[in-house]
Amino acid sequence: MGTPLVEVRHLKKYFHTPRGELHAVDDVNLTINKGETLGVVGESGCGKSTLGRTMLRLLPHTSGEVLFEGNDILQYDARQMKALRQDMQMIFQDPYASLDSRYTVSQIIEEPLILCRKEMSKEDRNKRVKELMDIVGLAQRFVNTYPHELDGGRRQRIGVARALALNPKFIVCDEPVSALDVSIQAQILNLIMDLQDEMGLAYMFITHDLSVVKHISNNIAVMYLGQCIERAPTEELFAHPMHPYTKALLAAIPVPDPARRNQQREIIRGEVTSPIDPPPGCRFAARCPYATDECRSKPVELKEISPGHFLACAKFG
Amino acid sequence: MSENREKLLEIRDLSVTYLTDDATLYAVNGLDLDLYRGETLGLVGETGAGKTTTATAIMRLLPDRVGKITSGTIQFDDVDITAASDAEMRAIRGRRISMIFQDPMTCLNPVLTVGDQISEVLETHGIRDKHELESRVDEMLSLVGIPPERKKDYPHQFSGGMKQRVGIAIALACEPELILADEPTTALDVTIQAQVLALMKELREKLNTAMLLITHDLGVVAEVCDSVAIMYAGEVIEYGSVEQIFYNEDHHPYTKGLFGSIPSMSEGQRRLHPIDGLMPDPSIQIEGCAFADRCPHATDLCRAEKPVTHTLEEGHIVKCHLFDKKEVE
Repeated sequence: MGTPLVEVRHLKKYFHTPRGELHAVDDVNLTINKGETLGVVGESGCGKSTLGRTMLRLLPHTSGEVLFEGNDILQYDARQMKALRQDMQMIFQDPYASLDSRYTVSQIIEEPLILCRKEMSKEDRNKRVKELMDIVGLAQRFVNTYPHELDGGRRQRIGVARALALNPKFIVCDEPVSALDVSIQAQILNLIMDLQDEMGLAYMFITHDLSVVKHISNNIAVMYLGQCIERAPTEELFAHPMHPYTKALLAAIPVPDPARRNQQREIIRGEVTSPIDPPPGCRFAARCPYATDECRSKPVELKEISPGHFLACAKFG
Repeated sequence: MSENREKLLEIRDLSVTYLTDDATLYAVNGLDLDLYRGETLGLVGETGAGKTTTATAIMRLLPDRVGKITSGTIQFDDVDITAASDAEMRAIRGRRISMIFQDPMTCLNPVLTVGDQISEVLETHGIRDKHELESRVDEMLSLVGIPPERKKDYPHQFSGGMKQRVGIAIALACEPELILADEPTTALDVTIQAQVLALMKELREKLNTAMLLITHDLGVVAEVCDSVAIMYAGEVIEYGSVEQIFYNEDHHPYTKGLFGSIPSMSEGQRRLHPIDGLMPDPSIQIEGCAFADRCPHATDLCRAEKPVTHTLEEGHIVKCHLFDKKEVE
């Protein structure tokens, strides 16, 4: 095990809605080590993106702690936060919406340098922009183009270059490849992994695509309705999934092998229930084929069942 | 696959262009496709390969004045779709060929109840009796797993997966012979996708409907398709049974690249092997092979001359100069 870089403890994020409290992130605990990748998977609406944004303080938290190199950053004031933002960056899902359409490529990549590296001269900044474009594989001829002139893959490369500009230690990647075609997706995944090897970055990789997460992560956290229901090293999770939801999620992925099409698969019925004022007990109980009365009434906690493998399930724990 | 397959759809040399203010876009360029009764054909390719254009051409729903079929024939059973009159097409659409759209959030009418939207199709195609309409709507909804009492609800009261089921119910209402499904599960979560795919498979067996499934997900293809057509820059560059495409040794270099791009669930490979570069600009008509610029095996011949179709094995077709010699041997 490496040294922990980011630790999340009992983090909660509730939204007030006219119909009640929406439990978007509910008591999540995570650890991300230096130079490693934590994959966060779950269906839409399970709170993956909210978790990422709350950890970076792009959204105010409700309660809990986020430790970065041992310090609780949720208590930082604006000045401390500004200094810290250089170490924590984000790559967004939609390369079409996350770039300012009135800025040229070089202006977008340069902006963090202007804000946080005031001592840099214009020439140094230009040099750094060129260097960053080389790192992410953008040809120099695009320096003065606007994002709308480029395709999705190149735009996502701009987003990566911008995130790298200040040499961060930790990057939250929020579905960075889900808007891209498979061949382009593979190029960006290779890039993200190469950068990790070269710079020792830690990632939190948010995605709904399990094959991507398996490919890229050291550890995986599975989320369901705001809660982390299972967390384990990647091989362990794929070899021995314990939670019925994790099993169902793995079984639901179409495998690119026609020979396996007629295998009986467990398809879970029903859909995600509302995260507004959720009932006590296990949140998956309503769809779970093994649910008992105990599951529906008593809250379940995330417990370590074997070294490194955490599970929140009353039945299989 | 049964021996006596009956051809339902035969597309030959289809070309479609879009005329925009700035340029003419060559969306589909000489496409050949065969689909048999009761079978599912997967149409695979990246964004901009012309998959959706092909489907809209089959439905004759290309945008007026802008989109045009410039050459080729689409033979559907006994009808030549490219030559059919508007009245003939209206009788076919929804009745004999229907379509499931990609985005369940926008393809339903927000101001009509889902029950009304299903009965609309039935009414258009001749069912006038009120009681019969009601009972058909109930039947369709229960077929796709929605309680019939929800027919009085509006689309916004349903979740994404349920809206897609409504879309499927509308498409199946008249028991068509052919369904064009344009990325029907792309907008859905995996567990919901599994539910919808299982439903489509079950209904296909029950009603013996043929389906053209447009997708970019090779996992979905392996799951439901009988045959596969790989599209690139408006052409089918490889066609074969699902076993031939997934298991045979010889492939079009683009197909190989496509398979190299998907992260494998079983093997622990570290780097992916994507195809470098991008799809060519559709406003330029290419002399040789459209894939030549991205192809690791490209020769001068590839850039100068369009490759012809090679049959590698009964039913397995590849359009690539690499196989020029092999066939002779």
